[in-house]
Amino acid sequence: MSLLTVKNLNVAFRLGKQELPALMDVSFSLDRGERIAFVGESGAGKSILGFSIVNLISKPGYIQSGSIKLNKKEIIGLNRRQMQEIRGKRIAMIFQDPMMTLNPVLTIGQQLVEAIKSHTNITYRDAKNIAIEKLLSVQIASPERRFNQYPHELSGGMRQRVIIAAILLLNPDVIIADEPTTALDVTIQAEILQLLLEICKKNDVALILISHDLGIVSKVAERTLVMYAGRIVEEGPTLELINDPQHPYTQGLLNALPQMALPGQRLNQIKGSMPSLADRPSGCAFHNRCPYAMEKCKDQQPEFIHSGISTVSCFMIEEMLEEERNAQEGLL
Amino acid sequence: MTQIPLVQISHLEKTFTKDKGIFSPFRFNKGKFQRQQESVYALNGVNLTILKGETLCVVGETGCGKSTLARTLMGLTPPTSGEIHYLNDRIDHLDDNQRLLYRRRMQMVFQNPYASLNPRMTVYQTLREAISFHNPQMKRRNIDEKIEGLLNSVGLYADAMDRYPHEFSGGQRQRISLARALSVEPEFIVADEPLAALDVSVQAQVLNLMMDKQEEQDLTYLFITHDLAVVEHFATRVAVMYLGKVCELASRETLFSAPKHPYTKALLSAIPRLDTNAPELIRLSGEVPTPMEKPIGCVFQARCPDATPRCFSEPPIMKKQKDGSSIACHVHEEDQTS
Ligand SMILES: Nc1ncnc2c1ncn2[C@@H]1O[C@H](COP(=O)(O)OP(=O)(O)OP(=O)(O)O)[C@@H](O)[C@H]1O
Ligand SMILES: Nc1ncnc2c1ncn2[C@@H]1O[C@H](COP(=O)(O)OP(=O)(O)OP(=O)(O)O)[C@@H](O)[C@H]1O
Ligand code: SF4
Ligand SMILES: [Mg+2]
Ligand SMILES: [Mg+2]
Repeated sequence: MSLLTVKNLNVAFRLGKQELPALMDVSFSLDRGERIAFVGESGAGKSILGFSIVNLISKPGYIQSGSIKLNKKEIIGLNRRQMQEIRGKRIAMIFQDPMMTLNPVLTIGQQLVEAIKSHTNITYRDAKNIAIEKLLSVQIASPERRFNQYPHELSGGMRQRVIIAAILLLNPDVIIADEPTTALDVTIQAEILQLLLEICKKNDVALILISHDLGIVSKVAERTLVMYAGRIVEEGPTLELINDPQHPYTQGLLNALPQMALPGQRLNQIKGSMPSLADRPSGCAFHNRCPYAMEKCKDQQPEFIHSGISTVSCFMIEEMLEEERNAQEGLL
Repeated sequence: MTQIPLVQISHLEKTFTKDKGIFSPFRFNKGKFQRQQESVYALNGVNLTILKGETLCVVGETGCGKSTLARTLMGLTPPTSGEIHYLNDRIDHLDDNQRLLYRRRMQMVFQNPYASLNPRMTVYQTLREAISFHNPQMKRRNIDEKIEGLLNSVGLYADAMDRYPHEFSGGQRQRISLARALSVEPEFIVADEPLAALDVSVQAQVLNLMMDKQEEQDLTYLFITHDLAVVEHFATRVAVMYLGKVCELASRETLFSAPKHPYTKALLSAIPRLDTNAPELIRLSGEVPTPMEKPIGCVFQARCPDATPRCFSEPPIMKKQKDGSSIACHVHEEDQTS
């Protein structure tokens, strides 16, 4: 059953008289306990999407149209208090910088106890015990000592663990993790991801991972959505998407990875770069970087079509499938 | 490849001392009262030879001393002890005038091209400053030609000249920093995480450019990164650092096919790979430590899954292995002898 359904979401920034679209017709759904990932280059709109879901888009940005349903209930247009309820208990967000969540002037213990006491009526002593138990469950050694420390006394990896502990207290249905390990060392990064994965599996929590590291995505997400210039351009099961990318942009992203070229050989770069909001090309926004671009790519927006097990919006794929179909009909 | 040592680093140590602030207790030391100081042992006896024409990649976790190594090498900060030789000359502790000679031969590219490019200078001004500083006699017309050639060679057009750094994308800015480093025709480039802030697609541009330039101009690179996929692609040899020490040094092939030091093994197991049959993650206990005290014994002891009592009492030294790599680890040594 679908837990979260986003339909035709359009988000724009109002700059002076200009309306700059940041998300265009973004649609996807997430099942209970499912783990999906959004990938794409910097500026694709991944974070804007995350912020939109928890209604943290602030001026000059705003949601123009569309629908976001959680458990079949529309959450766009909820008032502040209702939204806070959802943000706390149903949807939790982990940011790249843990200090966006932690309060620097309170100890770890104060913050966790407060979180517990805010939704259950128990004594300080019991709350403290629960907090320490949660710190242990995210593999923080000597939790009694950490309980009395301030966020700045902890390393980046440990702070991210504290946040995961805090999220566990809230027991949400969905975690949105926006580049949660980008600022961490490889070994610590691997441990945090492992932890996040275990926790989601154990508690049947759904995960939306935002990342530009396809290696990480392949370890965590069952389904991957590729974003380019504010639109989803391809969606499919992660392993299929990585092994058989359809959209020319997805192909380009994968081909550019160092492991895709022989050691010492030139890497396959995608020409050009992600356009800024103000100069998004017409038609398929990727056409000025695409090796397969045709005339119609310049002024028409390709529709979503099924290609194998994936969904993709690209005229080249559309024509290819058409040809295949014709060839098959010719054989009959 | 000819094996000419271009740079030799021996027993390099760098200790930063920080005042703990006005509230720090006073201590009676060597006959006088002193405010207690905190020492950070950033480099803890590094020995490394960089061969002409190679790309030596340095990897290791945050705070292990990679940037300090680069900065000491470039003369941006003096070492506490140890020696650095460039070909036959000793280059640690040069005065500013002597240093100038080497500024031309060695250049540095930084992680953040924002911070290293002057925001108030156009690309043209930045490059002209670098070129005319090192070639005071060069004519204006020749300088202009050279700048145009340089920009072309890093994939930018002449119209980039009159623009300011903020008008470029991250990858373009990093290419401009590279153009500036190349403008003085150096032999040796130290690059400290030059790709860290870039998307994969843009990383590919910058890496390709660096490889092209190396081929054209026989450059030598010391390349600092924590992206092991990049290392696997780009390195000739790899030095793995941990807490101010080199713990494994090997050719790229050997390091990735036969890693030996327990830290290297853990590091390699943590790379998020695209394929599904990646090795099982080796969990290290504990967090990356800060180098506030020199441990007795091995620097990796606190997090090492294989540590034995000997690791807590005696520091392992770098030993050459049969396959040409060198590692500093007691346990591996015992493995070999038993
Ligand atoms: N407050 C704002 N005002 C105007 N434009 C904005 C604002 N915030 C974001 N943008 C623009 O919206 C686009 C999408 O930004 P977003 O942060 O979602 O990218 P992203 O995919 O998360 O990239 P990254 O990988 O760098 O985090 C970018 O072009 C960005 O410049
Ligand atoms: N100027 C300084 N004063 C005091 N301590 C310093 C100074 N510069 C570096 N350090 C300390 O020296 C140690 C090594 O730092 P360094 O910047 O070389 O690490 P690094 O390997 O480059 O890390 P990163 O991957 O985070 O860039 C760290 O503990 C750091 O805090
Ligand atoms: S629609 Fe056209 S331009 Fe866009 S990706 Fe497909 S072929 Fe390329
Ligand atoms: Mg983002
Ligand atoms: Mg550094």
